[in-house]
Amino acid sequence: MNGLTGAYVPGDSPLHRLPAGAKLAGLAALCTVLVLLRAPVAMAVAALVVGVLFAVSGVGAAAAWAQVRPVRWFAVALFVMQVVFADLPSAITSVSRVVLAVALAGLVTLTTRTVAMMAFLERCLSPARWVGLDPFRLSLLLSLTIRSVPVMADLATRVREAQRARGVEWSVRAFAVPLVVSALRHADALGEALSARGLDDHDEGTGHAAP
Amino acid sequence: MVCVIELDDVRVRLGQREVLCGVTAALPERRVGVIGANGSGKSTLARLLNGLVLPTSGTVTVLGDDTRRHAARIRRRVGFLFTDPDAQIVMPTVAEDVAFSLRRRKLPREEVERRVADILERYGLAGHADHPAHQLSGGQKQLLALCSVLVLEPEILVMDEPTTLLDLRHSRLVADVLRELPQQVVVVSHDLALLADFDRLLVLDEGRIVADTTPRAAIDHYRKLMS
Repeated sequence: MNGLTGAYVPGDSPLHRLPAGAKLAGLAALCTVLVLLRAPVAMAVAALVVGVLFAVSGVGAAAAWAQVRPVRWFAVALFVMQVVFADLPSAITSVSRVVLAVALAGLVTLTTRTVAMMAFLERCLSPARWVGLDPFRLSLLLSLTIRSVPVMADLATRVREAQRARGVEWSVRAFAVPLVVSALRHADALGEALSARGLDDHDEGTGHAAP
Repeated sequence: MVCVIELDDVRVRLGQREVLCGVTAALPERRVGVIGANGSGKSTLARLLNGLVLPTSGTVTVLGDDTRRHAARIRRRVGFLFTDPDAQIVMPTVAEDVAFSLRRRKLPREEVERRVADILERYGLAGHADHPAHQLSGGQKQLLALCSVLVLEPEILVMDEPTTLLDLRHSRLVADVLRELPQQVVVVSHDLALLADFDRLLVLDEGRIVADTTPRAAIDHYRKLMS
């Protein structure tokens, strides 16, 4: 869950101090390099570089593992398929490429506050104003998506528990209907809370008019 | 006494149901409580006070502004705390969520950081500043939601059942916070102990104010109504 929810690990490393834009540009550059590397030896060097970056960031081994853990079974499946349909060096290279790219993306998440990421995205999306879109709202979408992951997981756990209590744990309908209803209720409440916190403050008279 | 909140023959109809039926009240007191049965219109009344719900007829005036015409301006001056803190925490970490409230104020970064650190320190969340918000306990989440509202220094604070999801310890903590707040506070609650030392209590029943008096008299009236 940590990897998905963008758990920022506080710190004062050079990576923490680097601006979000520089980190994203570096991520794009390093991922491009990973795509270009062909030999397993080159991948070993790349793995060493990624390891050094994690060490410099000081986020800790547990946080680092949490980033690649979600792709472990995918990596195993990819490795087996590559060995069967290609050869061992190709399998090592392909799997390393995926795992290292995920680890690097995770490192950016672990060392960058969501607000910094939002501010950078907002700057990048500022041309969207020309077509009537609000860059702040677009970048807010990113934050709300990240924030909604643990909320949805929590809702799903509650629905599962209720299913078990009623002895209908194998019913897809008994899982999907309350989950969708809860999610819609949460979305409604979240929208109201955003209004209450002044997200509509450039519009006048934007309350929910009683019909 | 200056009336900061005035409701004049306010009616709110949601679909076929009239949720509030001609509510009139002037609320100058510092701490005002609202009690009533489920579905009596308490939450709708609270939402009227910061323009989240607009009246079908009648007027709601808050700090001199009509909510129908200046809902956004009123929302900047009236903080609102919901029952479920999960629905109002929008950023992944504690400090980021409080800072998010100040987003539209266009303050310098140092000023934002100072205000966030101050309020987290005041409400005992300083040690959790960089923690993921979803990992806090229910009581800590409600405190975080309160910090995110109070950091904006609202002139009025409206709270809709702020202690419903809290244990006794955290309910008491919220009660202590309420006691010390300098601004006007309007609290909708079923927690009668929380409202016992308020300046004034309104009892709502089927969309009407049926008692508007001191806490002791209002709670007696409410108990008789529920028996």
